[in-house]
Amino acid sequence: MSVTNVQLDPLADPLAHRPSGTLWRDTLRNIVRQRNARVGLLILGTLLFCAIFADVIAADDPNKVLFDQGAKRLAGPCIHLLGCPAASSEHLFGIDANGRDEFARVVFGARISLQVGFLTVGFAIIIGSLLGLVAGYAGGWIESAIMRVMDVLLVFPALLLAIAIVSALGPGLINAQLAIGIVAIPVYARIMRASVLTVRESDYITASRALGESPAGLVFRRILPNSLTPIIVSGTLGIAGAVLDVAALSFLGLGAQPPTAEWGSMVGQDRGFVFTAPHLVFFPGVALALTVFGFNLLGDGLRDALDPRLNR
Amino acid sequence: MTTFIIRRLLISIPVLFGIVLLVFVITRILPGDACRVLLGERATNAACEAFNHARGLDRPIPEQFVDYLGNLSRGDLGTSFRTSRPVSSLLMERLPMTLELSIFALLFATIVGITLGVISASRRNSAVDIVTMASANFGVSIPVFVLGLLLAYVFAIMLKGTPFALPPSGRLTSGIELIPLATRWGLQADHGPIRAIVDFVSNMYVLNGLLSAQWVVFVDALRHMILPAIALGTIPLAIIARITRSSLLDVLGLDYVRTARAKGATERTVLRGHALPNAMLPMVTVIGLQIGGLLSGAVLTETIFNLPGVGQATFDAITSHDFAVIEGFVLVIAVGFLLVNVLVDISYAFFDPRLRPA
Repeated sequence: MSVTNVQLDPLADPLAHRPSGTLWRDTLRNIVRQRNARVGLLILGTLLFCAIFADVIAADDPNKVLFDQGAKRLAGPCIHLLGCPAASSEHLFGIDANGRDEFARVVFGARISLQVGFLTVGFAIIIGSLLGLVAGYAGGWIESAIMRVMDVLLVFPALLLAIAIVSALGPGLINAQLAIGIVAIPVYARIMRASVLTVRESDYITASRALGESPAGLVFRRILPNSLTPIIVSGTLGIAGAVLDVAALSFLGLGAQPPTAEWGSMVGQDRGFVFTAPHLVFFPGVALALTVFGFNLLGDGLRDALDPRLNR
Repeated sequence: MTTFIIRRLLISIPVLFGIVLLVFVITRILPGDACRVLLGERATNAACEAFNHARGLDRPIPEQFVDYLGNLSRGDLGTSFRTSRPVSSLLMERLPMTLELSIFALLFATIVGITLGVISASRRNSAVDIVTMASANFGVSIPVFVLGLLLAYVFAIMLKGTPFALPPSGRLTSGIELIPLATRWGLQADHGPIRAIVDFVSNMYVLNGLLSAQWVVFVDALRHMILPAIALGTIPLAIIARITRSSLLDVLGLDYVRTARAKGATERTVLRGHALPNAMLPMVTVIGLQIGGLLSGAVLTETIFNLPGVGQATFDAITSHDFAVIEGFVLVIAVGFLLVNVLVDISYAFFDPRLRPA
């Protein structure tokens, strides 16, 4: 799919020859070169680490009630180094309303949020790209039918449409992800259709067709790989939005159900305690914001890295 | 210009029809039984049949739709299944509050966002620019509900007793009495469209306080609006600041700006008189797009700050399968969207003379 080992004409401008590797290696190097993207990668790397090693990092089980170990309901953070009396047990982020260790819950929440981001956007990209691909390649009434439905879907405020879908399917993390995924489909369908329309007219497509490539081969081997870049960029930025929206649904009680340690639902469950135990809103909230921040930075970096106008 | 606006509005009608049709069909084919949601899980089949019959839900969908359109053309949006109140009166009650909140949020986002974007662009790569853009990046990442709750904590608890303390919920402090405009202006006897408009305006508390010179109400309602408006406006603010910076930077690199500088125009004149007007187009587009997002945010903001608005009402209606309310509210929202789009198109012509229809 990538343009590897292109044999350049030796008589061509020597400056045009870049001794680089593949498109993806170039992209990776361009990403790492940007400060914003580096920060994004650092944040996401930390989160990934937390998600993988959650059992090791958090001393307590996220769902274990610790009242019998002397934990006080809604107790604030207790860190021995910062002057918390050694007599009370250490809880970095405090204790929640049900006597569970907030730190453990926030750390385990990383698993869910990362998974949510990738699965939701992955789903939307696959369905959206297929629809856009079909619309762009087929043209005619098929294109009109698909794109008009997408237009109408885009008119609705995303969260309201997602609420409608979840309330029909029933609340739950999977359904919330499905709803946010469905709501995001039109965006990817549009992008894919637009890039297919450009690629379709290229000479190499005509050449492949002349060489007897089947329609399916044309679509999946020639057109799809060459239309992917914009989708990948908006997908990375879309992960940020998806994490936010699924968390919002969970906050409203339509997504992850208690006792699942999911940041949105943790904030939603404990929002009544915001005036007495603000740490229960603060820590999951900040974790959520950081995750979204990381994806946003990485997405921006990826966009800049894949934008040929910025390549030297 | 008038023909342009009229044509633009006429084009919107088929889209509107499509939306009405889609919402109507979706509410009826979605799984989940309105009767069981409203009457309870264990409602008998006979009770549900009676419920459906009373609301015409047992008839074929096309027939229901024609009926619905007929009612719509008479200005009848239907009746809520749950509260048995006309949808139009629910809207009268709920919409002004959301409208007021959205206006404040958008004002906050636009004024602060454009200012920050302009400062950033004119001092490109300075410390101010870097800090502003980093904050803007973080601003789009904070969930509305987290920001709202943290703002409530900071301004209602941490700053309690200081002049900066702000109320974290509701529209008015209890004890403060709001006199409806209709009463104030002696319109109780009227029941025509003027009364409806007056009642609508009356439910925008800040405007009401201003128009009727109830200054205590005005100040109190305004104070209740500040935190929700900031919570709702922060994401649009960050997006507007970013687009302002980038579109201004694009324009500042153009030849005519250099010419203006070469002529000896001050930096202020270059920015305000030459660069900013031409950078407005992408900014206006993005601001228009943000208005759509405001409604999604309003659901969360209204939940957190306990404000009885359209967002909360739509959420309640959707989760309780209250078809008539969903349809009515979505229709009004869609009309609002389309109007905003038309306004954005018109503003293109305002900002760029080349786009003015001949």
